[in-house]
Amino acid sequence: MRGKLVGSPVRRLEDLPLLRGRGRFIDDIALPGMLEAAFVRSPHAHARIDGIDTEAALALPGVHAVLTLEDLRPWLVNEELVVGLPSASYRQFRNRPVLARGEVVHVGEPVAVVIADNRYIAEDATQLVMVDYDILPAVSDCRAALVDGAPKVHLDAEDNLLAAFDMGYGDVDAAFRNARHRFRETLHIHRGGSHSIECRGAVAAHDAVSDRLTLWVSSQMPHSTLRVLVDMLGRDENQIRVVTPDIGGGFGPKLVVYPEEVVACIATLKLGHPVKWIEDRREHFMATTQERDQYWEVEIAVDDDGRIQAIQGDIVHDHGAYTARGINLPQNSGESVPGPYIVPAYRMGAKLALTNKIPVTPVRGAGHPQATFVIERLLDRVARELGLDRAEVRRRNLVPASEMPYERPLRSRGGVPVVLDSGDYPRCQQMALERAGWDAFPARRRTAHAEGRHIGIGCANFLKGTGRGPFETVTVRIGTSGRVHVYTGGTAIGQGTKTMLAQIVAEQLGGDVGNVTVTTGDTAATALGIGTSNSRLAVTAGSSAHVAAGKVRDKLLQVAAGVLDATPEDLEIDGRDIIFRPQAGRIANKKLTLGEAAHVLAGTPGYVLPGGMEPGLEATEHVIIDRTPFAGGTAVAEVEVDVETGGVRIMNYVLAIDSGRLINPQLVDGQAVGGTAHGIGNALFEWMAFDENGQPLTTNFADYLLVGACEMPRVEVLHQESPSPFNPLGVKGVGECGVVPAAAAICSAIEDALAPFGVHIRKAPISPPEIIALIDEARRPSAAQYSR
Amino acid sequence: MTGTTRRISVTVNGTPRDEEVEVRLTLADFLRKRLGLTGTHLGCEHGVCGACTVLVDGMSARSCLMLAVQADDCDITTVEGIAPSKDVLHPLQEAFRDHHGLQCGFCTAGILTTLVEFLRDNPSPSEGEVREAISGNLCRCTGYQGIVDAALDAARRLREAGGAAR
Repeated sequence: MRGKLVGSPVRRLEDLPLLRGRGRFIDDIALPGMLEAAFVRSPHAHARIDGIDTEAALALPGVHAVLTLEDLRPWLVNEELVVGLPSASYRQFRNRPVLARGEVVHVGEPVAVVIADNRYIAEDATQLVMVDYDILPAVSDCRAALVDGAPKVHLDAEDNLLAAFDMGYGDVDAAFRNARHRFRETLHIHRGGSHSIECRGAVAAHDAVSDRLTLWVSSQMPHSTLRVLVDMLGRDENQIRVVTPDIGGGFGPKLVVYPEEVVACIATLKLGHPVKWIEDRREHFMATTQERDQYWEVEIAVDDDGRIQAIQGDIVHDHGAYTARGINLPQNSGESVPGPYIVPAYRMGAKLALTNKIPVTPVRGAGHPQATFVIERLLDRVARELGLDRAEVRRRNLVPASEMPYERPLRSRGGVPVVLDSGDYPRCQQMALERAGWDAFPARRRTAHAEGRHIGIGCANFLKGTGRGPFETVTVRIGTSGRVHVYTGGTAIGQGTKTMLAQIVAEQLGGDVGNVTVTTGDTAATALGIGTSNSRLAVTAGSSAHVAAGKVRDKLLQVAAGVLDATPEDLEIDGRDIIFRPQAGRIANKKLTLGEAAHVLAGTPGYVLPGGMEPGLEATEHVIIDRTPFAGGTAVAEVEVDVETGGVRIMNYVLAIDSGRLINPQLVDGQAVGGTAHGIGNALFEWMAFDENGQPLTTNFADYLLVGACEMPRVEVLHQESPSPFNPLGVKGVGECGVVPAAAAICSAIEDALAPFGVHIRKAPISPPEIIALIDEARRPSAAQYSR
Repeated sequence: MTGTTRRISVTVNGTPRDEEVEVRLTLADFLRKRLGLTGTHLGCEHGVCGACTVLVDGMSARSCLMLAVQADDCDITTVEGIAPSKDVLHPLQEAFRDHHGLQCGFCTAGILTTLVEFLRDNPSPSEGEVREAISGNLCRCTGYQGIVDAALDAARRLREAGGAAR
C-alpha cells in the first residue's frame, strides 16, 4: 500500500524533545531517595575467587551495602540468567550467574556491587572491596581454545566446544570432484562492539504499597527482561513492570538481559530505596556483549564461466565466556553465504568456541557482514583467477527476478525455510554500478596512476533476512480525548519507530500524525512483546499496526454511521473528525469527532452498545510473520590508498538497496547511511583487541576507533522497491542494510587499488600497518609466487 | 560527604546560580544532577565522544573533563539554552529536524552546541569545514550525513536572517 502518509518523508515525532534537551534517557531518571550502584569487576580473564572482603568498603561513609552473590541468594529462586536460544547443537550450557560464583571467566565479569549515596562514593568503595583471586590459565584465541590441551575457559568443563553444527544441501562432494576450478580461502573477520553513544543502564524501584517492582532499563527487549526477572526472582508478572525510556542507540547488545539489571532489582528490594546503575564507557568495553572473531576456511567450485557449482567450508566462531544469546551468529553466517546467488550445492560447518572473553551476541548485522565478506571475497578470487570482470561474475550468479520467490534448501535457526521473497537483484546491482561509474573506472584509474595515486573500486552484493517473527504486538486505541494511542512491544532505539507506526496508523485514522501517541517497550502497556532486533519492527509491528488500525477504522465508521444516520461509504475521516460526505447529492454538514465516537464505545452503565459492537474503539493485533522478507542490494566503494602510509580514503560510496515498500524514505536513508558508517568502521577501524591472557587492550575511544565525520564519505542511497509478498505492507527491514556489505565492498576496492602490487586481502578490518605489510610482502618476489 | 566543597557562581542559560559543590564534581554532573539540566549527555566520560559538550563563555568545552569549580564566574550555555524561546527553535535545531540530523538523539546536544559556536565563528563554511568542526563528536546512528546537511542549511538560514539568530 502507498497512501498520503505511508511512503512520504513525514517529520519525526521523536525530534522536538530530543533537540531541546528534553529527552528522557535512563540516566535522566531521578527518584526520591535514589541510591547509585557501582560494580566490582574481575580484572582477570580467568581466576578462582578464594574470598571477598567487603569490610573496608562498607565502612566508607555514604555506602549503604556491598553485595556478593551470597547476599543476593535470599531473593533468587534461580541465580543464572537462562537466555540461550533453543538449539540441538549445544554441547554445554554456560549461563551467566547474576554475580560471580567462585570463578570469574572474563575481565569485567561482575563480582560484587556497591550501593551508595551517589556514584562517586560507590566507585570509591569498589576500590576498597578486596577480592582474593587465584589466577588461572586463560584462553583468548578461539582457534587455540579448540586445540587439545588448551586451558579450560570454565574449571568444570571437559573442553571449550560450546556447540557445533553443519548445514547444507546438494551433492557438494560431487560438485567439487567435477568442478573445472576450485579456489580456497582462509579468512578472518573481526567485528567490534555496538558502542551506542549511550551506554547501558537501569533504575529499579519497589512500590511497597502495591508490592510492585519497576525496572526502567535501556533495553531493546523489555518483555524478555520481564520473563527473566520472573524466572529469577520468583515474583509473578503482575509484580514486575519493565519500562524502556528513551534509548540512546542499541545496535544489538541491548537486546539481551544483563546481570546488572537483575542486581539493581534485588538491591532495591533489599534496601527499600530506588537504585540506579549507569554503565560507563570503560565498563561498556568489558561488560557489554560484542560480536568478535570468526575464522573461515572456505572453498568454491566454479565452471569456466565463473558460475558457482558449490561452496564448502568451516567456521570457528568466538563465543566468549558465556551464552548470552545462543548459536544464532554462526547460524546466520552459515545461512547467509549463498546470499543472493545461485549456489547449487553447499556445506558449512560451525564450531562455537568458548573463550575467556566478554560474551558475544549480535551487533548490527549479526553474522551477515561476515558471510557477505566471505562470499564476496570468493567471487573476487574467481574473477581474478578467470580473468573476468568482478561485477560480471556476480551478475552471472545472481538469482534472476524470474526465479522469485526463490527457495533455498536451508532452514533458519527456527526451522523456517529460507525463501528469497522478491526483487530484481541483477537490476539493483546494475543501478549501483551505473551510479558509481563502474565502467568508466579504468579511465579514472589511468588518470590517477599518471598522478602517482592508487585508486580502486569494489562492489559487494548482500542479502539480509529481516523482520524476524513470530510477531510484534500492537494495540491501536482511540481515547475519549480523541487522541489515537498506539502501544507496541517493540522498542524505540533511535530508528524512528514511533514515527513509522504513527504514519501507518494515521494513514487510516484521519491522516494527522500529530494526533498519534506511540508508547513503546513497556510491559504494562502490552502483555506480549518481542522487542527490537534484526531490522524487524517495520515488518512485524508495522504489519500489526496496519491491521489493527484497519479494524479500528471499521469500528469508527460503524459508530459514526449510526450516530450520523449515514452509510460508512459516505463517511470520511479527516483529522480528528468523521465527516458525512454523501455520494448522492445530499448536503453534508454533519460530523462526529474521534473522541465522541470513542465515548459511544466506552459504554454507559445500563445502556446497550450500538449495533452489537465490541466495546472500546480499539484493536490489538499480533500479525504472524513466519517467513522472513529479505532486504538486499549492492554497495560500490571507490577508494584511494596511500601506499606509503597505508591510509585509505573512501572517495565515493553508492548503496543500492531493495528494502521493499518504503514507509518513510528519509528514515530509510538515515538507516542506510548510519549502517554504512558502522560498516566502514568494521572495514577499516574497529578492533576490539585482547592480549593472549584475555585482557582487553582497547577500552576507550582513543584506542578503539569509531568512524568520525571526516572519515565518512557522502553515501548515495538508491532504492529499488520490490514489495515483499510476505506481509500486508510489502515492507522489508532496513536497519542493517548499510552495515552488511560495507567491509566486503571496501576491501575489494582496496585490493583493486593495490592490484599493481598483487596484494590479497583476507581479513577485516584492515589497518594501515597491515596494508603496508601486505604491500611489502607482495613486493618480495619469492613471496609473490608463494602466495599463489 | 568526602572532600571539601566550594561555593561557585555561574550563569546557566541566562540564569545566575550560586551553589555549594564538591570540588571533585564534574561540570556535567553539576548541570545534570544539581540543576536538572539532563539534556547534556555523557557518552564516554573521557573526552572523546563530545556528547557532553557545552559552551563555557561561548567556547565549546567537554563538561565531563571540567570540574564544576572551574566554571566559577563563567557563563554556560547548554542545549536547553540554545533556542531563543520555548516556542521557537534555533535555526540549527530546525535544520536538524528537516534533514534527519538525529536518530537516537543522544549525541545531539553536544553536536548542536559545537555547531552553535562553529557557525558563529564561520558563517559560510564548506562541507569539509563542517565535518572538521564536528570531528570531535561521535554519532553512531546517522553516519553524519544528515548532520552535515543540517549544519550547512542552518548556516544558510542564519546568514539569511542576517546573523541575528545566535
